[in-house]
Amino acid sequence: MLSPRVLVLRAPGTNCDHETVHAFERAGAIAKRVHVHALAEKPSLADDYQILCIPGGFSYGDDIASGRIFALELKTRLGDLLARFRDRGGLVLGICNGFQVLMQTGMLVADPDGQPRASLAHNRSGQFTDRWIRLEAKPGKCVMLQGLDQPFDLPVAHGEGRFVARSAADLEALSAAGQLVLRYTTDAGGQATNPNGSAGDVAGVCDPTGRVFGLMPHPERFLLATQHPSWNGRLDGDASGAGLAIFASAVKAVS
Amino acid sequence: MLWEVDVLSADSTNDHAARAVVKGAADLGIAACTSARTVTGWLIEGEMSKSDLERVAASLLADPVTEQFTILELSGPAPTAPNAAGFSPAATLPFPLHVLPKPGVTDPAAQSVLEAMRLLGIEATAVRSVRKYWLPELPRADAQRLAWKLLASDAIHDVVVGPLPLRALSGGRPWVFTEAAVELEGLDEGALAKLSRERCLALSHLELSAVRDHFATLGRAPLEIELETIAQTWSEHCCHKTLGSPIDHEGPDGAVRYDNLLKETVFAATREVREALGRGDWCVSVFRDNSGVVRFDGDHDICIKVETHNHPSAIEPYGGAATGLGGVIRDVLGTGLGAKPIANLDVFCVAAPDTPAADLPPGVIPPQRLLAGVVAGVGDYGNRMGIPTIAGAVAFHPGYLCNPLVFCGTVGIMPRNSAQAEVRKGDLVVVAGGRTGRDGIHGATFSSIELTSDSESQSGGSVQIGHAINEKVLVEFILEASRQRLFHAITDCGAGGLSSAVGEMGASLGATVDLDKVPLKYEGLSATEVWISEAQERMVLAVAPGDWEKLARVAADEGVEATAIGTFTGDGRIELKWQGRVAGSLDCHFLHEGRPRQRLQSRYVPLPATAPAWSATAASPGATLLEILAAPDVASKEWIIRRYDHEVQGCSVIKPLLGPGEGPADATVIRGVLGRDRGIALGVGLRHRVGPLDPWQMAAGGIIEAVANVVATGADPDRIALLDNFCWGDTRRPESLGTLVEACRACHDVAVDLGAPFVSGKDSLNNVFAWTDAAGKPRELSIPPTLLATAMGQVDDVRRVVTPDLKRPGSRLAVIGLTRDDLAGSQLEALGVVTGGSVPKIDAPSCRQTFRQLARAIRDGGILACHDVSDGGLLAAVAEMAIGGGIGATIDLGKVPTLLEGGQGRHADLAIAFAESPCRFVCEVDAESAGRMGEWLEGLPWAWVGEVVTTPAVTITGCFGAEESVTLDRLARAWRSRQGST
Repeated sequence: MLSPRVLVLRAPGTNCDHETVHAFERAGAIAKRVHVHALAEKPSLADDYQILCIPGGFSYGDDIASGRIFALELKTRLGDLLARFRDRGGLVLGICNGFQVLMQTGMLVADPDGQPRASLAHNRSGQFTDRWIRLEAKPGKCVMLQGLDQPFDLPVAHGEGRFVARSAADLEALSAAGQLVLRYTTDAGGQATNPNGSAGDVAGVCDPTGRVFGLMPHPERFLLATQHPSWNGRLDGDASGAGLAIFASAVKAVS
Repeated sequence: MLWEVDVLSADSTNDHAARAVVKGAADLGIAACTSARTVTGWLIEGEMSKSDLERVAASLLADPVTEQFTILELSGPAPTAPNAAGFSPAATLPFPLHVLPKPGVTDPAAQSVLEAMRLLGIEATAVRSVRKYWLPELPRADAQRLAWKLLASDAIHDVVVGPLPLRALSGGRPWVFTEAAVELEGLDEGALAKLSRERCLALSHLELSAVRDHFATLGRAPLEIELETIAQTWSEHCCHKTLGSPIDHEGPDGAVRYDNLLKETVFAATREVREALGRGDWCVSVFRDNSGVVRFDGDHDICIKVETHNHPSAIEPYGGAATGLGGVIRDVLGTGLGAKPIANLDVFCVAAPDTPAADLPPGVIPPQRLLAGVVAGVGDYGNRMGIPTIAGAVAFHPGYLCNPLVFCGTVGIMPRNSAQAEVRKGDLVVVAGGRTGRDGIHGATFSSIELTSDSESQSGGSVQIGHAINEKVLVEFILEASRQRLFHAITDCGAGGLSSAVGEMGASLGATVDLDKVPLKYEGLSATEVWISEAQERMVLAVAPGDWEKLARVAADEGVEATAIGTFTGDGRIELKWQGRVAGSLDCHFLHEGRPRQRLQSRYVPLPATAPAWSATAASPGATLLEILAAPDVASKEWIIRRYDHEVQGCSVIKPLLGPGEGPADATVIRGVLGRDRGIALGVGLRHRVGPLDPWQMAAGGIIEAVANVVATGADPDRIALLDNFCWGDTRRPESLGTLVEACRACHDVAVDLGAPFVSGKDSLNNVFAWTDAAGKPRELSIPPTLLATAMGQVDDVRRVVTPDLKRPGSRLAVIGLTRDDLAGSQLEALGVVTGGSVPKIDAPSCRQTFRQLARAIRDGGILACHDVSDGGLLAAVAEMAIGGGIGATIDLGKVPTLLEGGQGRHADLAIAFAESPCRFVCEVDAESAGRMGEWLEGLPWAWVGEVVTTPAVTITGCFGAEESVTLDRLARAWRSRQGST
């Protein structure tokens, strides 16, 4: 059987593209970096792929708001390409800046009027932060979280990752719809690990179909045990990291 | 038409910046400023309607969930009442204060808005960002003070108190060609010195005389552009003027005569090490290119460079540090045929954050604000570049008050056989990346001149602001063009701008350059300004005419501007043209070889030996340990480390903070290539407190510390590359130059003894600050002699590295290395517990022996945890290991191998606990391996000193006092007591 193909979509300022390609390759896929300019010139490029991933970085510098310009570019130059990609059975994954982009496109958390129910704002601390946190998944219909039933660790590295709902009712509606699939939880010592003040400890959300998923943490930075800050002397240096399971779930779903 | 779009957070509780303003105002004693709101504003000029602006605001500038916006037309008559200048978000905040970048200062966010508006089909002619602060009624003077002390930087910002008077964003006019000759004939020594000062040339009268004589033979006066080119090329910054000088030195070993100090010390060490390695030589390209290149694995070489950006950072910390990092990244990118940057490091030397405001000379930025600025600058730039910032240090000393040191380093990786690059005759001169503006004019010569209290106002033009995203796309372009082999040579546009870059690349062939072809940010730059501008994010490439089209295509694909501006001619001349007319013409030989070299005198007299004197109030080891852990040099730098993305690129193996308790690492380790197990270890050493006492031992100690850091992780001690960064005071004085010579001699001796070659380096001299104090007395402050040593090690298999955090209760603790009576320059001395005595002394051959045997023990899998003993001594090391592991330890000071012979009396415990004797390690060893330690460490001084225990405390048994136990919680709190310093 042919390996699934992954389009890793980059823009000026994308910077996690190589390790994201590496992650999908470890999970058994064939992954290619494609520049958004190239895709805009020839949208049919996307037809060759089953998964589209927008990786982390600072697209276009993120000087106005994270992901804003990249999302505007997708909307103005590629129209509904992402929605069509999903509707024909493809999976869309956004990691960190990619999640911010997906939120800005309105694909993830729009209300019935197409208005956003939530957004990602500056961290409560006002600062960029790189730290490891613990996550709890409620996979439900989210294709890419299938099998992640136990709490697991991943790193975050962002300045604008605080999930903010338009209202308490919107947060409840998203939760009831099973879209708030990934949340920060407490670590082994019982300390809360929410790094940014996200409402409801939300770390990642999926769209109503479960085929579009975005998260602030970086699964591509925990493919190997040696990437964990406490691995040395505690974990087998040849073991896999929890992040790999997300890529593996995605690849399995389209295989 | 000029519009203003104001964006502010819908929920005032999310206005973090406003809270910072209120707190800052309170610190400044501005009591009336009890609340504030901040606005991100955009000044947008162009033919467009209000509904166009509404579309721009709604889809580009403001978040629909968390923000709101207002739109104002500024083109109309000026508002008269203050709160007519927009819509104040609250009646209690009627007073607007604006901070905006000066015209011509890089404004990345505004550039983003301008370009993104095109996606909406709306074309603006100009955009500028503005920060607006809505404040309560304030006395004007308070508002000014708040702005300049807290919100704005004189070098790059304009401040408008009250409504914005702007009605248009100004654009420049094209420069009209003029030829400006500078008459040097007939000027005496004093007049030449004056001319150098006034034109910011940083040339001595001797050098200017040489220029005058050269042009006399040509029968004409030099043109301004020619004189500037010479000044850039002959600057301390560009050519190691002092370190490369002939020097007569008087030192403890008698008189020594150098023809070229650097060549005969640092470079000589590398040559000797390489000769000793013979066929096993693993250096590839050292001291030649923009960074030093060494062999890594069968397919790759790696390279490294560390730069300083001290003077710009002293004036504008954020921009100075960011562009310092941007510059060193381009050094790596501009090595050989281009290397991929894979890791950054940064080291800052500043005065204590709590330095009283009254102690600040005029024009000096308070250390707290300076440190916050440089940290933010490195974070914002490095994070956007997607290069992990993995290593660093912060050192505190009162001598850094006026001349803070900012070191930025980058490691790169490249395919084998791409380290050599050569310009060919007929190649095009191609400039790629950002556009050229007036930024950074005279940066190279400025960094070679001492700062004064006037520098802040005089040197604004030499400060550069970074635009990381321009550099990020430049990296993508260069790496792809390199992969396709579309250029013959490359270098970065750093200090001296095009004049240095083209001058260096064309040093033997010569080049002709059409300066009017260089793309500009705005009109109005003269030919000279284009030629010497240090606008950031530019590289110069030598491209065969046949490859030009392909290269231009790759550039366009990545969104990079690349322009052919000239040709490498082969006639040995630099010919500068403006619209076809000759704007300047220089002989390359004179430019690069014509600088007169002056023999310098240096002297070094060692300080007399003293006996240590103990304070009457010296406390117990446990109580002192808590003070040591909270000392600025030792305390956790977590608030900085977490601001940097240290994991991007996915190669992280040993992070700067690690273990369940998030303790400190010695060195950090990354994989060189994703999916492969060979690693790179990065460590730094800095013994700044020893510098004023003994420059030789300071330099030697720094090198040993850097190497010990990487060896402690399991790096191969026989494959360590070193870098030197000398930062010194006024080396025009023989006594000061003498300490520099001693440090260079130490570098030579230690490198040779360790078999570790220097591969690259840089110096920053004349770090002195002159001012007139309140009493009218001339004052001066110099930095302590400072060598930053950087060690880049290699790890055969990253799965076998060792970290310092304690792993397993029941295992044993060993100390390797001798503890000596050498407390001068220690943290214990900084605390005032002891003064005087000997500084730590280096015996490099025995260090090498220790490194090799420890490496074997780690390779054989016998060591569970290993920590190098440095700042704060043995107890600080054990405490850090316990904090990281989240488990306790016992240590018996009476068992530590020591040469102390009772001279310290009842203070012996403190001396053993906190001495910073070099080349010592604490190792955790499990019961099964304990029996082999004797074999691994045969011939070395070492001993079992304690155990790892489940009890969360460090328990200390002394030679005299009773057993003392300090809980892990108290240790961790002391170590973390300096967090959140912004």
